[in-house]
Amino acid sequence: MYTQALDTHGKEPISAAAGDAAGQRFQARIDADEKIEPKDWMPDAYRQTLIRQISQHAHSEIVGMLPEGNWITRAPSLKRKAVLIAKVQDEGGHGMYLYSAAETLGISRAQMVQQLLSGTAKYSSIFNYPTLTWADVGAIGWLVDGAAIMNQIPICRCSYGPYARAMVRICKEESFHQRQGFEIMLTLAGGTAEQRAMAQDALDRWWWPSIMMFGPSDADSKHTAQSMRWKIKRFSNDELRQKFIDITVPQAQFLGLRVPDPELRWDEAGQHFRIGPIDWSEFYEVLKGNGPCNRERLQARRDADAAGEWVRAAAAAHARKQAAKQATGARQP
Amino acid sequence: MTQPESAAAGGDWPLFEVFIRSRSGLEHKHVGSLHAADARMAIEHARDVYTRRQEGVSLWVIRSADIIASDPEEADALFEPARDKVYRHPTFYAIPEEVKNL
Repeated sequence: MYTQALDTHGKEPISAAAGDAAGQRFQARIDADEKIEPKDWMPDAYRQTLIRQISQHAHSEIVGMLPEGNWITRAPSLKRKAVLIAKVQDEGGHGMYLYSAAETLGISRAQMVQQLLSGTAKYSSIFNYPTLTWADVGAIGWLVDGAAIMNQIPICRCSYGPYARAMVRICKEESFHQRQGFEIMLTLAGGTAEQRAMAQDALDRWWWPSIMMFGPSDADSKHTAQSMRWKIKRFSNDELRQKFIDITVPQAQFLGLRVPDPELRWDEAGQHFRIGPIDWSEFYEVLKGNGPCNRERLQARRDADAAGEWVRAAAAAHARKQAAKQATGARQP
Repeated sequence: MTQPESAAAGGDWPLFEVFIRSRSGLEHKHVGSLHAADARMAIEHARDVYTRRQEGVSLWVIRSADIIASDPEEADALFEPARDKVYRHPTFYAIPEEVKNL
């Protein structure tokens, strides 16, 4: 899954230190499509932007396990259950790849986890919506992971090596996520009237939040230009959003479902689907912490952290004991 | 407020770098890193995090702190001297077309 362009509303130091010689050499390397690696010199603003973006992305993967995990015990068949467990485990794995990538920039894992648990870090607002029915699991795979893929594929070519490499790994796995989601929708859409209604209801609730996953429109996106210069970002929010709409609307039509937008129309001249206005007030409310599940999600992470504390302490104690035993053994021939 | 991860252990578990041999006959290749209390847990975590789709037949883990890396600032001093020694490559030598098996 994905973190949206939340960084557009952070306290970002915009200056790229472009004035000095080191900054110019750095930009020249980026312009030449060279990758930046952990020990290379980089402007502090580049480092901070990446730390924020990658850690938010990691948090999104971890929190993203919750809405779907909600349905593991109630999956309608053993096959669906096995698939959902695998998918949720993948999301956890994605979080791990990304935390590791962020750590190469000098922030510790403990710091990032602390930022998430204390509520100071952001994660994708999409995960603050509830999964009310089994169809939501289908809609998340199809729409949320679909939007994630659209966002993430360009990041595979990001200028920062560890982030780009983590993203290659993630993108390979996301494709399974999206297809299994669409297949759930396809099965429901071909089912009973009740199942079709369930699929439609899921699309009704997940469509707009998915559209908003691409972040604020370009006009309101303050830092896109800098991120593009640094090749952290390759396309603007609106460009990616439009691509997503253009490929997803025909898929909804194939399912025989109605996209919940009365103003949606095909623009023959532009060769694009055009959507009606986006209600950004909802987006910002959810971002501020007032979405349907913000408090619940954070509490679930805090509970998991607290419940796992004794396991971590035991593992650390065991490691210390083993190390001490080994040291003593080494001294006695 | 709950404690940060592994606060009881005084911070994060040690960091390990993970290397995977994707199939026999190939070398181990670096794939990423992870935290673990000890080497055995690092292998188990590496298996869960990096080989969920049969990515490998063998794993190496090594504490990141034990890796000694070259300094990017010294890259020129280390690698530049090889640049003007093109005579180390077979294509440096002009051989007439009619000479075979060289």
